[in-house]
Amino acid sequence: MVTSVRRTAGEAGVRAALARVADPEIPAISVVDLGVIGAVEVDGRRVRVELLPTFVGCPAIGVMQQRIGEQLRSEGLADEVEVPVVFDPPWTSERISPAGREQLRRSGFAPPAASSPGADVGQLDELAVLPVAECPYCGSRATTMEIPFGPTLCRAIYHCTSCRQPFEQFKRV
Amino acid sequence: MTAEVTLDAPARAAEAELLMSVADDEFVIGFWDSEWTGIAPMLEEDVATSSIAQDELGHAKALYELLAELTDDDADRIAFGRDADAFRHAALLNHARVDWAFSVARRWLYETADAVRLAALSSSSHEPLALLAGKMRREETYHRLHADTWFRRLSDGAPEGRERLATAFECLWADAQEIFAPLEREETLVGAKILSQPMRELHATWSSQVRPMLEPLAEGLTPAEPSPDGRRRRTDDFRWLHGEFTMVARSEEDATW
Repeated sequence: MVTSVRRTAGEAGVRAALARVADPEIPAISVVDLGVIGAVEVDGRRVRVELLPTFVGCPAIGVMQQRIGEQLRSEGLADEVEVPVVFDPPWTSERISPAGREQLRRSGFAPPAASSPGADVGQLDELAVLPVAECPYCGSRATTMEIPFGPTLCRAIYHCTSCRQPFEQFKRV
Repeated sequence: MTAEVTLDAPARAAEAELLMSVADDEFVIGFWDSEWTGIAPMLEEDVATSSIAQDELGHAKALYELLAELTDDDADRIAFGRDADAFRHAALLNHARVDWAFSVARRWLYETADAVRLAALSSSSHEPLALLAGKMRREETYHRLHADTWFRRLSDGAPEGRERLATAFECLWADAQEIFAPLEREETLVGAKILSQPMRELHATWSSQVRPMLEPLAEGLTPAEPSPDGRRRRTDDFRWLHGEFTMVARSEEDATW
């Protein structure tokens, strides 16, 4: 018999619950695999989850904050959830997990170009945004960037010259 | 990340002035560029200009929030509740969008100057500002590439585009200097290392970068300096834009958004 219905979530429990929160704009990937979850602090029934936005002006920030709160409350892990937006550390596309890159690919998005070994990701220089993408449909690297801007701030539009499909890439930033 | 812990009152007032100048620049250029949504020269440009405008408005929002935290104010009130004369953007952003070449010229001048300014802000002693500027700087890389691409396309292309671009630069050159107009409390900012270098030094850096690129294109772009009222002059063009972007907020002044 359970003596207390009010349990305290550990940080691991909170992170596991957050892995069930989908990104509002690309639902195939969770906010954890997207790398937008920073520090997590658990203080009894109060949980503080730092949100590192992909872009400063991302209009999905409010929806993410709301869904994170709802998820933790509905799983009974917290009564009060605070989700501040922080830029420390800044989100970079290096924060997308290997599983997240695969989830992006499976849903038709090329993951951001991976940095070359030893590259300085502290600064996004112009070399870093050179158009390199692998077609998520046929795997060809014979692709051209149509435009480095797309339907959301974090996406660029490409065309595959092998299978002739247009596709989007999650931008390197 | 709380803004008030490390700053005394004079430093706070000085940073508020700085934040308002940068935020107003981003806010106003964001709204001018959003005027191209639906009517840019081609579909890809429609998407690009709208995306860049959205980025700039997002940067303005984050800066206004930092400002609101410092001054115990409300970001929406600062953005939408001020009279046109209370805005502190640089005179460069007083002009309407005119034609595509004009908007390209303005964006190129703005992005090159913003890059110099963001580099300085990302080493600010005030950590919340330094972190935000560092993040903005990564995004602005895309804006600068976009502006450079159009600068090259128009300046190396057909005579008409080149002439329109040159005319735009001649019209905007003096007002572009005002991005580096001295701030009233600049001494405090530099003293507290909230701003790593005085505006006149940032201006010299920018000027030495852009003049060699503009000289082959437009004659008569002589070295120019920012003026003390460079962020206080307002125009009818801006008053019109201000009327547009405050229209919804004014329609229901007590509404909660």
